[in-house]
Amino acid sequence: MTGGGHELPITSNADVVAVRQRVRTLAVDVGLSLVDQTKVVTAASELARNALVYAGGGRASVEIVDNGLRRGLRLSFVDEGPGIPDVEQALTDGWTTGSGLGLGLGGSRRLVDEFELTSAPGKGTTVTVTKWAR
Amino acid sequence: MERVPILKLGDILIISIQVDLEDQSVLALQEDLADRVVSTGARGVIIDITAVEIVDSFIGRMLATIAAMSRMLDAETVVVGMRPAVAITLVELGLSLGGVRTALDLEKGVALLEHTRSTSR
Repeated sequence: MTGGGHELPITSNADVVAVRQRVRTLAVDVGLSLVDQTKVVTAASELARNALVYAGGGRASVEIVDNGLRRGLRLSFVDEGPGIPDVEQALTDGWTTGSGLGLGLGGSRRLVDEFELTSAPGKGTTVTVTKWAR
Repeated sequence: MERVPILKLGDILIISIQVDLEDQSVLALQEDLADRVVSTGARGVIIDITAVEIVDSFIGRMLATIAAMSRMLDAETVVVGMRPAVAITLVELGLSLGGVRTALDLEKGVALLEHTRSTSR
């Protein structure tokens, strides 16, 4: 069973805040612990900002998922930006093409249970992460 | 855009972040604070993040930048009130905020600044 699907645009800094708030609300609904809520909201903030900064914007979708044993939160961040030529390099801490700290992707991966990144130059980037309630 | 008020108490400036800040507001705060440190001659800056639910890499960098900037302007910065879940998340994210001094609450932050000043005299 899945539900609570929400599509959110990411076109401004205010949208990044809106994504954080929506993820927070659903993380509470799905029963994540306070620490896990904080982790998934932080990951959402990093990934939403990445879409804005590196691709000029994109969209986020947030849904509640259920694998039969546990409920969780699945977030997707989709952009049609320049894409990432070298995904392994992009996931390395400290590596950035922008002005950030280079912690967004690698850091987000550590904050969630499942992390999937698909990207190709010129084709945009999709990052999907899942956090399960314990 | 939200603007965060900067309060002055003696020679300490106090900022309490109470809302979920947009990136633009964070950058504005850095600039406002640098101006206020110079115009007031403050020797200490306290940033209260008791109400802050998440610190991502952007906010983390803001805290480190304010600490470094204030130091160059002859003021010490202390971040107070970090929630336990925020501390756990920051470490996992890879941000240890090495150059930033912290205290558990406002009272301990003020005491830390006073202690620093009395020992550096």
